[in-house]
Amino acid sequence: MAVGMKKALPGYRLGLGMTTAFLGLIVLLPLAAGAAKAFELSPSEFLAAVWTPRTVAAYKLTLWTSFAAASINVVLGLTVAWTLVRYDFPGRKILDALVDIPFALPTAVAGLIYANLYIADGPVGRLLMPMTGEIAYTPAGIVLVLIFTGFPFVVRSVQPVLEDLDAEMEEAAMILGASPLQNFMRVILPNLIAPTLTGFTLALARSVGEYGSVIFISTNRPYEMEIAPVLIVARLEEYAYREAAAVAVVLLAVSFVLLIAINLLERRSRRHG
Amino acid sequence: MTQKILILSGLIYLALAAAWVLQSGIVRDGPEILHVACDPTRELWADVNTHFVENQERAIGKRWRVNMSHGGSGSQARAVIDGLPADFLSLALWSDTDAVRKAGLIDDGWVDEQPYRSLPYFSTIVFVVRKGNPKGVRDWPDLVTGDVNIVTPNPKTSGNGKWSVLAAWGACLRRGMSETETDAYLMELFRRVPVLDTSARNATATFASKKRGDVHLTWENEAILEVAEAVGELEIVYPSCSIRAEPHIAVVDRIVERRGTQEIVASYVKFLYTDEAQHLIAKHHHRPSNPAILARYADRFPNIALFPATDVAPTWDAILAKFFAENAAFDRWMRN
Amino acid sequence: MAEARRRRDPSYVKLPLIAATFGILGVLIILPLYQVFAQAFGNGVAAYWSKLTDSPETRHAIFLTLMVAPTAVMLNTVFGTIAAYTIARFRFPGRTVLVSLIDLPFSVSPVVAGLVLVLLYGKNAAVGGWLFEWGYQVIFAPPGLVLATAFVTFPFVVRELIPVLEANGAEEELAARSLGASGRQMFFAVTLPNIKWGLLYGVILCNARAMGEFGAIYVVSGRITGQTDTMPLRIEKLYQEYDTTGAMAIASLLTFLSLVTLALKAWLETKLRR
Repeated sequence: MAVGMKKALPGYRLGLGMTTAFLGLIVLLPLAAGAAKAFELSPSEFLAAVWTPRTVAAYKLTLWTSFAAASINVVLGLTVAWTLVRYDFPGRKILDALVDIPFALPTAVAGLIYANLYIADGPVGRLLMPMTGEIAYTPAGIVLVLIFTGFPFVVRSVQPVLEDLDAEMEEAAMILGASPLQNFMRVILPNLIAPTLTGFTLALARSVGEYGSVIFISTNRPYEMEIAPVLIVARLEEYAYREAAAVAVVLLAVSFVLLIAINLLERRSRRHG
Repeated sequence: MTQKILILSGLIYLALAAAWVLQSGIVRDGPEILHVACDPTRELWADVNTHFVENQERAIGKRWRVNMSHGGSGSQARAVIDGLPADFLSLALWSDTDAVRKAGLIDDGWVDEQPYRSLPYFSTIVFVVRKGNPKGVRDWPDLVTGDVNIVTPNPKTSGNGKWSVLAAWGACLRRGMSETETDAYLMELFRRVPVLDTSARNATATFASKKRGDVHLTWENEAILEVAEAVGELEIVYPSCSIRAEPHIAVVDRIVERRGTQEIVASYVKFLYTDEAQHLIAKHHHRPSNPAILARYADRFPNIALFPATDVAPTWDAILAKFFAENAAFDRWMRN
Repeated sequence: MAEARRRRDPSYVKLPLIAATFGILGVLIILPLYQVFAQAFGNGVAAYWSKLTDSPETRHAIFLTLMVAPTAVMLNTVFGTIAAYTIARFRFPGRTVLVSLIDLPFSVSPVVAGLVLVLLYGKNAAVGGWLFEWGYQVIFAPPGLVLATAFVTFPFVVRELIPVLEANGAEEELAARSLGASGRQMFFAVTLPNIKWGLLYGVILCNARAMGEFGAIYVVSGRITGQTDTMPLRIEKLYQEYDTTGAMAIASLLTFLSLVTLALKAWLETKLRR
């Protein structure tokens, strides 16, 4: 069916052309300018700029905190999306509206507020101290803030699909005697895998680049809790544009590879789903 | 029907917004100059500008506008190099202003263009401690005693951070410490910095609001403001000596030539050295360069031995290379 | 239909999930939001209102945000719809690469976004230098703000629409074609109405994010008070000036705007859905 589409539906050439043109103009051209700057360095200079114990520590921190946050967001996001779509209860509409708040709030404001809430003598930090110690100024704090900034992605990716899910399919399954669990596993879940993966990807991508909120809750000490974007700013302050661009290119490349990997996974799950 | 009305009004709104955005990119030269400044000087320049504009209107009958842009000293320098059309600069570090010269926008020899080596005012780095000074921090050696923790922004991303390092280093040299001892001192100092904020104001928040650390190393005027805001919880301690922090001003010659604003900018600069402006400067807790006026505010600005940055290293290029470049001293201190 | 579905799941599943949802949103979102509003209204409602309306710089910042964000969102919506249609309906070599490229702006740190835009449109750059000579300024002026915002919010609408288009399937469109509809007729009469709600979701999300963007804007705006400060920049400025109440007042306005657009959508939904 897919192969025949190009003939059956119009707009393939035009659509693809406009898509790539727009993508090129708004996204790729600026990124190419950045890459061009980075590649003004010789290979050895490039390596020296992007691969040092300090930068490696930063990459590791950025990556694992992003993965952790995105994974937790999958659990939280699915719960919330499911509840908001399938159940009716007082306050549902308000909760639904609140899901988008992490997008509306500037990241710096989010970082400030979270830091103030979770430091040792903050309103929440105070309660958590006996159990977990201080959350702010630890990697856990970074993960927390990343959960906040990435939260809407999974919810909003899954919600429209859940809403449009064919109720008739479920009814048919019920009539044929499927238990609620079977209904969930066989009818609903397969349809959720793709949008969940989409949401995960987006949350992950967002977390990798996050800067404004993290700097308020991290100690930013090199080798300990320094995220990669701070490295870039530090190089810029030295007027080392090329080295800054080099680190940026590495981050971009890593993100791109991750994105392709997950998008391939998503495509495969849809084919076999 | 409602749908159609909504969509139509939405489209009209969007068309108007897009049109406004497009036309706003056209370069127009009106009676205004752009003053690009570093972060912690907002109140000062707002005040100075108001007075200047009124004086000018009285003098030449035309009402000029002074537009301000504030940001990190380095970010501002880079913005100007990348095309921000600044007529006038007041940044935190000589090296940032000189970077603009290196980009060809300012003529050589800019430092001597204006009085007092292009410094209408100068400042220094002081300590802020908790009420009652429980850890007894009086001078630089006390910073590395006991369990004292220090708050200062990241020297790599903040002018305040760089000045703190230079102040600490210079103070050690003045005590007769050797290079190795001084290096060890600074390494120990940064071991005691729990959080490296990106900017001066963030560091102030970390110290004052989040109550981290025992000593805060900051600009004198920031310290005074911080203590005032904290209403009794904090106090200032002046060490025995500190660095003469010099936030130079400069006229961006190429821009001024292009825009034809030589006269007004010259008046602006001249105004900064008048008694009126020097009093405003003191009012905002910066040390006026005019010695007579500085003396009038002796109670506000305690006597403190100030040494220049050149005590630490002969030139700013040397300073940057020694401390703040990649793999230089600061990177080494953080590695351990 | 939806109502029937809602009653199906057993209580031992429903109630814990509802409780969990309240808990998650409470801790993650309501608590910080409460902090924002508590600080914004800390000095009373009159002070709050004056914080927003007294200062001409703040008023201009609000105006600028309301000019820049919708423009960027409009660009991304037009693009997003076309791109989503192309990606959801057709299979072609490089499709995954295309999708990943579209997702890329999300992972670009705002610092980097600002940097690359300046590298392209700055005075010393290829495109920027040429435009400067013609008396047109992109960077450090509103057009640059739109480009930065469009860059940062690029994937929103597309990513929202692809799952919806795929869930809908192409049957209706194929049917329309077989009945003789032209491409344009099919697109506007069948495709668009079917993705109406997903599109609205995407636009609202995109807009919320566009209005709240700070990092990239910080770099490309030049931060000229009263001229190129958007609301998030104004928040940072007020915070730097020790005016936390004022900063949080504007932050609360941003959340208001986002909530209002969502309320609008909910109202439209009740009026027009089925």
